[in-house]
Amino acid sequence: MSLESVLIVGAAIFAIGLYGVLSKRSAITVLMSLELMFNAVNITAVAFSRYAAPSGMDTGADALARLLLTGQVFAIFIITVAAAEVALGVAIVIAIYRSRQTAFVTDANQMRH
Amino acid sequence: MITEVGVWLIFLLPMGSFVLTGLVIRPLMNRYSSVAGHLTALAIAGSFGLSLWALISVANDSEAVTFSPHSWLEVGRVVVNVTALVDPLTAIMLVVVTGVSLMVQIYSIGYMRGDPGYARYFAYMSLFTASMVGLVISGNVVQLYVFWELVGLCSYLLIGFWYHKPAAAAAAKKAFIITRIGDFGLLLAILYLLFNVDAFASQGLNPLEISDIHKAVAIPGLLATSVVTWLAVGIFTGAVGKSGQFPLHTWLPDAMEGPTPVSALIHAATMVTAGVFLVARFFPLFQQSEVAMNLVAIVGGFTAIFAASMGLVMNDIKRVLAYSTVSQLGYMMLALGVGAYGPAIFHLFTHAFFKALLFLGAGSVSHASGTFDMRFMGGLRASMPWTYGTFLVGSLSLAGIFPLAGFWSKDEILASASVSSSAVGQLVFWLAVIAVFMTAFYMFRALFMTFEGRFKGGAEADPAADGRGQVHLAESPAVMTLPLVALGIASVVIGFLSNAIMDVGLVPEHWLSHFLDVEANSFSLAIAGVSTVAAVPGIALAYVMYVSKLLPPARISKRMRLAHVLLSRKYYFDEIYETALTKRVFYGVAAQALDWADKAIVDGSVRAIGYFGRNVGRAMAHAQSGQLQGYGIVIGIGVIAIFAVMLFLR
Repeated sequence: MSLESVLIVGAAIFAIGLYGVLSKRSAITVLMSLELMFNAVNITAVAFSRYAAPSGMDTGADALARLLLTGQVFAIFIITVAAAEVALGVAIVIAIYRSRQTAFVTDANQMRH
Repeated sequence: MITEVGVWLIFLLPMGSFVLTGLVIRPLMNRYSSVAGHLTALAIAGSFGLSLWALISVANDSEAVTFSPHSWLEVGRVVVNVTALVDPLTAIMLVVVTGVSLMVQIYSIGYMRGDPGYARYFAYMSLFTASMVGLVISGNVVQLYVFWELVGLCSYLLIGFWYHKPAAAAAAKKAFIITRIGDFGLLLAILYLLFNVDAFASQGLNPLEISDIHKAVAIPGLLATSVVTWLAVGIFTGAVGKSGQFPLHTWLPDAMEGPTPVSALIHAATMVTAGVFLVARFFPLFQQSEVAMNLVAIVGGFTAIFAASMGLVMNDIKRVLAYSTVSQLGYMMLALGVGAYGPAIFHLFTHAFFKALLFLGAGSVSHASGTFDMRFMGGLRASMPWTYGTFLVGSLSLAGIFPLAGFWSKDEILASASVSSSAVGQLVFWLAVIAVFMTAFYMFRALFMTFEGRFKGGAEADPAADGRGQVHLAESPAVMTLPLVALGIASVVIGFLSNAIMDVGLVPEHWLSHFLDVEANSFSLAIAGVSTVAAVPGIALAYVMYVSKLLPPARISKRMRLAHVLLSRKYYFDEIYETALTKRVFYGVAAQALDWADKAIVDGSVRAIGYFGRNVGRAMAHAQSGQLQGYGIVIGIGVIAIFAVMLFLR
């Protein structure tokens, strides 16, 4: 499996997520699509951490093991933060639904001119 | 041999006295303001001593007194230097400026005593003397222009010294604005010099350095005749404003609102002669242009009789003297215009002394009578013998009576004009002869009205007196009469001694002419006869009209009513300037146009920016739909567009 194939998968999932965020009316679907985008980023980060080393670096096994965990650490952080964000997002969606009986993002347009 | 430090000290001594008086004594210790007068007089006495030293140094070896320029600032190819230029012209001017200034300061100690602005007065006077010295030692055009404006500023401050008098404040503004019109011409000439920097640079000369300008005009073909003419006309415009020549003469008579010693120093002896000095300073330039020379001669000659004619009917003694000053400055200009450089400077030199004397005499007279209006004077001869005697000497000298100072210098001017072969020279010669007659008449009219007959009440009879003046018919204190006597002695001897027509032991023949390095006119009995024949009837007519009353002035003014009204209204020049120029042209056209430009262009452009922001904002506001996904699409397309540009259009 090469770096490119993994990146293509990441990009595809990101694009699907973006499409969902921009096109779905339901706030829950938007949040789910957002989750797809997070995970596309996670895939990309982990892939770079697995395959790519900074140029001019000693690429011995020890060095890689020690130094190239940055991408994986990032992925774990993103998963954590995404969980918190989803909790917050769903809470907001519920609050909106309670106050105006709708969960459509197109109806949340109080900030228009 | 004077050093450069010595030359700068002539300038720095009065400057230091200005700083001490203006920044220390007046704000911090005004109780001791009487120190100011003595400090100023002392500083200027020092300057006078150094000026004499400079004169002797130049006389002994004029070539050796040259100082190298100091670079002040460089802008591109233009180098502005600060140079001390000490040539014979400078040396003569230095002695005139510091000598007359010294006498005036001593006189002022008495004249200004008890004035609440005593320290302020001496601060201004010190600043003026310093600026005037700075002007005459300037070797660079920019440096000269700085001091040129500084003397104008001092003139403004001192005319408006009694600023609580509306007439004084108005006169100060008038003087400032009208001289500024002339100064603009000088400024244009300086800028025009910079336009010709290439021609100067090709010979390794600096267009702003006065000695280099003289070198440049001496090289044939370096500067086109039209360039020289325009330069000369621009410089002459500055001189016309400063020296009160026609048509910018109207400010000088009004300037008499200032304290009398100010009139004596600034508006008779020194600052107003700066115009003559300026033309003399650039004389080699003027000589290259026949048009400019004729312009100078005609303006000078016309001003000489034009101003003198108004002096014939004035009732204010200082105004008579003011018109006389304008007329005499016209004399100097016409002398320069016919190429008589030496006689012009000679007349400047003698005129400074006797005209300062006359003004100080007028101040002394008003000290006793409380007024300047001659109709309320009379009979002062008995109570003021010293003032009378010195005033008589000054009047005789101004009228050009043998053997006083004015005779010799006026004679030289007439002689130079008469030998001039051009039509202009002949014309101005006759103008000058007419002016001699008028000068003699108005001076003796003033003398007789002031000192002869019986006393007519002074300030108590004068309805226009503002209550300041008090009548106490007695001679002025010694601190005022001593300068009168000193200037009186100078007015008697200085003409003959400085440019003697024969060898008189101590002073060689034609010393001043040789000093200024010009050819001296040989003394001509015919010219002396003409000027005496013109002057004596003037005096006689004044006697017949104002002393023996064989020919009462009232009858003549009734007979020549039109002329009398025209003269006493000063040919309506103030009214013409006020209505036609100021109100019609300036307020009516220029101010309207500027008002339109201000409202339409300046305000309009600002309002257009506001209008643009408001209305474009209104259109853009519709893009704020509140649809988050719409924003997301725009951001997404934007990010893709940026990537596309970065990847493919690199």
